[in-house]
Amino acid sequence: MIDYKGRRALIEAMAGAMIAHADELTALDQAIGDGDHGLNMKRGFEAVLADVDGLAAKPIPDALKAIGTTLVMKVGGASGPLYGTLALALAKELPADPSRADLARALKAAIEAVKARGKSEIGQKTMLDVLAPVAAALESGADPVAAAEAAAEATVPMKAIRGRASFLGDRSIGHMDPGARSSALLVAAIAEKLDEIA
Amino acid sequence: MSASASPSANVGIVIVSHSPDVARGTAEMVRQMVGDEVPLAFCGGNPDGGLGTSVEAILGAIDRAWSEKGVAILVDLGGAETNSEMAIEMQPEERAGRIVVCNAPIVEGAVIAATEASGGASLDIVRRTAEELSPA
Repeated sequence: MIDYKGRRALIEAMAGAMIAHADELTALDQAIGDGDHGLNMKRGFEAVLADVDGLAAKPIPDALKAIGTTLVMKVGGASGPLYGTLALALAKELPADPSRADLARALKAAIEAVKARGKSEIGQKTMLDVLAPVAAALESGADPVAAAEAAAEATVPMKAIRGRASFLGDRSIGHMDPGARSSALLVAAIAEKLDEIA
Repeated sequence: MSASASPSANVGIVIVSHSPDVARGTAEMVRQMVGDEVPLAFCGGNPDGGLGTSVEAILGAIDRAWSEKGVAILVDLGGAETNSEMAIEMQPEERAGRIVVCNAPIVEGAVIAATEASGGASLDIVRRTAEELSPA
């Protein structure tokens, strides 16, 4: 069971990863997006961090619901509703004391919610191209962090079909998708903390 | 608007741009060309006031432009659309089905949608008229 301290550590790890990598995410987004992904995620997770005591006091599903709502309200780009939807869908699917199998199942359901929100599919150079392999790794027993990193790298040669990057057409090829990178960073931050807690 | 007209007699129009200036300027254009017959609200910028969109601001704009006949939202880029759809889902049930995002260019769409709305057209007709502006 992940206790208050564990939940607090998880939230701080996620927020810390987004805040620490804000410049890198913004640089990736300047190459193929509207150049605000890092700043947007930083703003959202700073708002999450501002309420870390209250959030960590809640059971995991309730904390995820509150985090999702904060991201929707504070991020200010398309990534707000997309990451917000991811967190809200996970909140709906996860029990208070989730197993690895619960995580895999909930993430698969949340991926469907993100697809609907973004009207996107796997293979279009988005965060989904990281989340889907992570769900598969969770299911098969493979390392989700390695899967996330490889999957983010694999977005480099892809051509963007959704979002601002899709306006660039072939010029979007050769750059890592910023949403794929932020997803990989979040997966790594969560997995690292879960290993420490467990 | 005449004193006898109910404020909800016509479909409301909401303009959502990444830029506060584009949102304000588009709304000004609608007011000059269409007049005051249509409930109109606009918002632009992220929660810090920079370029972007804010779900909270969109929720506020929907409230200001609310009409019993519904609200048509005109957006510029992807994030404005995604955030508007999120704001619609967060509405009370009795409202959610009467708010639509139009797939139309923001400036022309807002003027055409408002013109159609000012004549008392239904939400569906307002939307379809605006969407005729989009290349198929």
